[in-house]
Amino acid sequence: MTTEHCAVDLGPAAEILEGYPPEEASLIQVLQDVHRAYSYLPCDVLGTVAKTLNVPLAKVFSVSTFYKAFSLEPQGDTIIKICVGTACHIRGAGQLVEELERKLGVGPDQTTEDMKFTVKTVNCVGACAMAPVMIVGETYHGSAKPARVGKFLAEAEVDHAD
Amino acid sequence: MQIESKAAFESLQAESRARHSDAQAEIHVCCGTGCLANGSKGVAEAFAAEAEKRNSNGGPKLVVKPTGCHGFCERGPLVAFKPSGLLYTKVKAAAVPEVVEKTVEGGEILSRFLYKDPTDKSRIEQYANIPFYKHQNRVAMRNIGLIDPTDILDAVAESAYTGLAKALFDMDPDQVIDEVETSGLRGRGGAGFNTARKWRSCKKAEGDRRFVLCNGDEGDPGAFKDRSIMEGDPHSVIEGMIIGAYALGAHEGFIYVRDEYPLAIVNLMIALEQARTFGLLGTNILGTGFDFDIKISRGGGAFVCGESSALMLSIAGKVGEPRAKYVHSTAKGLFDLPTVLNNVETWANIGAIIDKGGAWYASMGTEKSKGTKAFSLVGKVKNTGLIELEMGTTLRHIIFDIGGGILADRPFKAVQTGGPSGGCVPESLLDLPVDFEKLTEAGSMMGSGGMIVMDDRTCMVDVARYFLAFLIEESCGKCTPCREGLRQMLVIYNDLVEGRAKSGDIERIERLAKGMQLGSLCELGKSAPNPVLSTLRYFRDEYEAHINDNACPAGMCRELTAYRILEDLCGGCHACFKACPVDAITGEPKSLHTIHHDACISCGACFDVCPDQAIETFPKNTLFETEVV
Ligand SMILES: Cc1cc2nc3c(=O)[nH]c(=O)nc-3n(C[C@H](O)[C@H](O)[C@H](O)COP(=O)(O)O)c2cc1C
Ligand code: SF4
Ligand code: FES
Repeated sequence: MTTEHCAVDLGPAAEILEGYPPEEASLIQVLQDVHRAYSYLPCDVLGTVAKTLNVPLAKVFSVSTFYKAFSLEPQGDTIIKICVGTACHIRGAGQLVEELERKLGVGPDQTTEDMKFTVKTVNCVGACAMAPVMIVGETYHGSAKPARVGKFLAEAEVDHAD
Repeated sequence: MQIESKAAFESLQAESRARHSDAQAEIHVCCGTGCLANGSKGVAEAFAAEAEKRNSNGGPKLVVKPTGCHGFCERGPLVAFKPSGLLYTKVKAAAVPEVVEKTVEGGEILSRFLYKDPTDKSRIEQYANIPFYKHQNRVAMRNIGLIDPTDILDAVAESAYTGLAKALFDMDPDQVIDEVETSGLRGRGGAGFNTARKWRSCKKAEGDRRFVLCNGDEGDPGAFKDRSIMEGDPHSVIEGMIIGAYALGAHEGFIYVRDEYPLAIVNLMIALEQARTFGLLGTNILGTGFDFDIKISRGGGAFVCGESSALMLSIAGKVGEPRAKYVHSTAKGLFDLPTVLNNVETWANIGAIIDKGGAWYASMGTEKSKGTKAFSLVGKVKNTGLIELEMGTTLRHIIFDIGGGILADRPFKAVQTGGPSGGCVPESLLDLPVDFEKLTEAGSMMGSGGMIVMDDRTCMVDVARYFLAFLIEESCGKCTPCREGLRQMLVIYNDLVEGRAKSGDIERIERLAKGMQLGSLCELGKSAPNPVLSTLRYFRDEYEAHINDNACPAGMCRELTAYRILEDLCGGCHACFKACPVDAITGEPKSLHTIHHDACISCGACFDVCPDQAIETFPKNTLFETEVV
């Protein structure tokens, strides 16, 4: 763990922790809030969480790595989720993953060097009727075709510049 | 406004029903996740603006409701009109002023928005006459699409909480359980356990503190009925849980919702808050002195947390590793206290069962599977979406009458049910009546009600491989047969799809499957071989082709498949040229195109776009023989 990962402001974390009873049962919800505030789980914050909730740090790490919603690495500005659930799989989700790899040079669970995009695969987002589904930032794209991927990316960059 | 008596509840109901009786029309805009992705938010806003304009001009009153998922996501954004019963599909925000002027005010039907039957090309005006809806029978999903899920009065007007009022004012807790027993209701989360029996066994457990939980983890990929229920009619779930809590004497409840369902979480939170405001939830419910409240617990994105013991650990803030089944959660569940866990759809049925009676519910369905069941019909079928049908409906009826048949009229190959614990049911069993028993006999499972339809372009070996890869990610790793068995199986499957398979592989797979079934701790590991065994049972010839001929009969496994253009059929439309992601196709518009095998990555993008069916697949290992010709 490099020190630059740890150079974070602990203020938001302290605020989140104040809202929960200091016990193990709060752990997942605290981590979810932390993840939303920082868009990942910085290691320093995990230390604070462990101390405040009185849970061994090893346990905090165990929970942080067990659940897929958590990332221990900083995320890109825009998170792209490609559904690889069964319905999307048989309607060509794999082609979308490949197209993103060609366009961005990164595969699932990786972030582009310029920190613009993080690519993730998810197992069903419940929009299977519109398979294959790709979620760019907050926008759902149904019946997504590899040929439209470039357009989605361009839109996301514009959105982020706003 | 706290409701504190039966009379007060009944007058609330009457008020809610009268609220829009003076409206010229109600316009229901589907705002489920599917339609939202198609832009329905803008459509709803445009209708609201038009209604506002008229209302402020003193014109006729129009009521615009953003509703939950109508189920027919494929055709979204969907707009339904009341009282006319008209349904418009694929409505764009820009067309809204015209729709209001011509259809709502002028009574003119704009045929371009009508649903077009894919079989006979006729245009259908009425919601109720569209085959997708005509054959349905909605109980758990009774109010979805009719109500604005963020407005409790809308739900009350459609008889939400009537069952609760009946239970609290007219029945004692044991009578409630008896009624559920009469209904024959079985859990909709997968295993089909008898709901009343589960409740009774919890009721017998010692202790004053107990919990009522709702499983909204819906981990089976390809299933989204629970999402639609939580998003579109959260009150049905809440009502069911309050009735269950009353029957069991519980005062605390949790709804565990998947992290991937943000809209469900928002709508549930709003519904809970509104229920509290009206005294339907919290302390002294409906003035009866009964206390019960519900919290929401957000999942962390782990499939195994749908399993009951893992889910309870997860609510408690721990890693969700299942425990052995000899301790029953009805006696020692959440925080080691007596707990009842039911699926979202199970809870959604309870209010209706109490309201209309167990016997009414039991009059639907088959001998051992009573009532109705929600399914998500997806994959290579024309009408994808969410449906609810009587148990015992045949697969053929579901896929061909409701689903409208296979996309592009290709041949049907199989339907996958039950998610990663289920299996694939082949064409020979299309007349199978769908219920818990029949699906299990066929080597599959009911599971969460996902039905993924597959055509001849789906490789069954790849489907089995897909589920293995899924489960490797999701196995919690606690026990060896599941953790390592899955990995070893995947090694063999990778060989199969990449052309390295050897004879004896099928037998090796079967041996591993046996070991996992016998040696795994929880159902995830025990049922993990199901997709493998069911594809082996019905599609052994596809496995054999992969092993003996290095060929993928479906033309999907890339290492085994090559593509070529048929000279006679190619119309030179240039679509494949544009679709190919690696520029492996050459050819000028209006002339014959060619695929270059050295550059082709066998992705099939060209195959999918060709309007003339001029592209065919052939086994890659014959490539050199054919190219010489
Ligand atoms: C690996 C695994 C995943 C499961 N996932 C779910 C799920 O997502 N939703 C659900 O309701 N039940 C799921 N179940 C079944 C639950 O353990 C439990 O049986 C069910 O929630 C009980 O409710 P019911 O009786 O109303 O069906 C899963 C079981 C296993 C073994
Ligand atoms: S069978 Fe698999 S998922 Fe279940 S406890 Fe064992 S390792 Fe975990
Ligand atoms: S499988 Fe992709 S949304 Fe369900």
